[in-house]
Amino acid sequence: MEQVKQIKVNAIKNGTVIDHITAGRVQKVLEIVNLDSPETVMIGMNLHSNKIGKKDIIKIENKVLSQDEVNSIALIAPKATLIIIKDFEVVSKDYLELPEKISNLIVCPNPKCITNEEIINSEFRLTEDTPPQVRCSYCEKKYPIEEVKIKK
Amino acid sequence: MKNLISMRDLSKDEILNLMDIAGKIETGKIIPDLQRKLAALLFFEPSTRTMFSFDTAMKRMNGDTIIMSGTKNTSAKKGETFADTLQTIAQYSDIIIMRSPIEGAARYASEVVDVPVVNAGDGANQHPTQALLDLYSIIKTQGTLENLKIGLAGDLRFGRTVHSLAQAMALFNVEFKFFSPSFLQMPQYIKDDLSTKNIKFEELKDIEGNIDDLDILYVTRIQKERFASPEDYEKVKGSYILNKSMLDGVKTNMKVMHPLPRVDEIATDVDDTEYAYYFPQAKNGVFTRQAIISILLGEV
Repeated sequence: MEQVKQIKVNAIKNGTVIDHITAGRVQKVLEIVNLDSPETVMIGMNLHSNKIGKKDIIKIENKVLSQDEVNSIALIAPKATLIIIKDFEVVSKDYLELPEKISNLIVCPNPKCITNEEIINSEFRLTEDTPPQVRCSYCEKKYPIEEVKIKK
Repeated sequence: MKNLISMRDLSKDEILNLMDIAGKIETGKIIPDLQRKLAALLFFEPSTRTMFSFDTAMKRMNGDTIIMSGTKNTSAKKGETFADTLQTIAQYSDIIIMRSPIEGAARYASEVVDVPVVNAGDGANQHPTQALLDLYSIIKTQGTLENLKIGLAGDLRFGRTVHSLAQAMALFNVEFKFFSPSFLQMPQYIKDDLSTKNIKFEELKDIEGNIDDLDILYVTRIQKERFASPEDYEKVKGSYILNKSMLDGVKTNMKVMHPLPRVDEIATDVDDTEYAYYFPQAKNGVFTRQAIISILLGEV
């Protein structure tokens, strides 16, 4: 219950906490999350973590992430934890996992790939977990996850 | 099998079935009749050999072809999308056979149209019909695809033919010898794939003296332009040119294969030996493509 205590200390009443983000990747996660509304956002960087050494964390008031946002975050912070808070209580806690099939979230780094020539959805398959690698279903090139760009 | 896009899509059983049908077509045990069937050959990138081979395959089965070569006479120049071009062509034809410099183009085409699509080469990615005709040539000359020792020589870095062949042969329990200059070695991702499948391979600098235990020696061209200077090319080219004297002591069943066109990487004195197999290999391409088309059109 230490996690719950920590969240209460940081006083977010309703919203989402993205914890255990790989240290240094919080900026990339923020680029994915749609933050149009004027909600409170708290960011912690390089915090100590028993689980992953150093971590980043984001807490967003009154925000529930879409499935696309969750999938995109999993790509750049595959060890992250997604916590939903209601009335200061943790109502759900999910460990993010890279999906087997990643539809239209990644830009293929291969300039000769059809997905960069025509207006079509990209599709990648997860080929290895550690370190994570994905293969484009069209040009069949394989890339480490950190080399791919997330679609805006 | 609805389309033929990538060797990755084929199981070992599907490959062996295709080899079996190609063999039966060659020996006349199966005579597919494709009368009134039309194949659209869309070659967005020039290729005389592959295009002729498909054209021949269709005509040998009483079928016919419509051919588009290059993009200059098409609507692509007028701004029509690739998808619209494909959907229109699909209204005219029973099967689309396409080559494109764009990687993944054939996969995309197969999602857009209702007729079967055959990938006749998509950039540096796949050329599955070449891989299949190579497998057919190997099974025909060796009687099996299992437990063979195969040498791949030349430009192993950029040659999609050797990549597809290595990956396809990895489904069978083979051993490889790779002969190439150090900067044209087999890419790491292919070597990783082979290691994952416990396929043994050795990387060597010279063909000479290293081919006595091979069942197949597959030679490919090294392009001069890949080298930093013409002098660098001259220094190493001799190591990758096969001549008749180098064949002394090879196994009697050994065959020399080449995807063609050849430049000077196989000396012409090899042509008259019992080991030369590159021209029959090209002929096998027709039987293999007849089998592929017949399967996709449900005619066998």
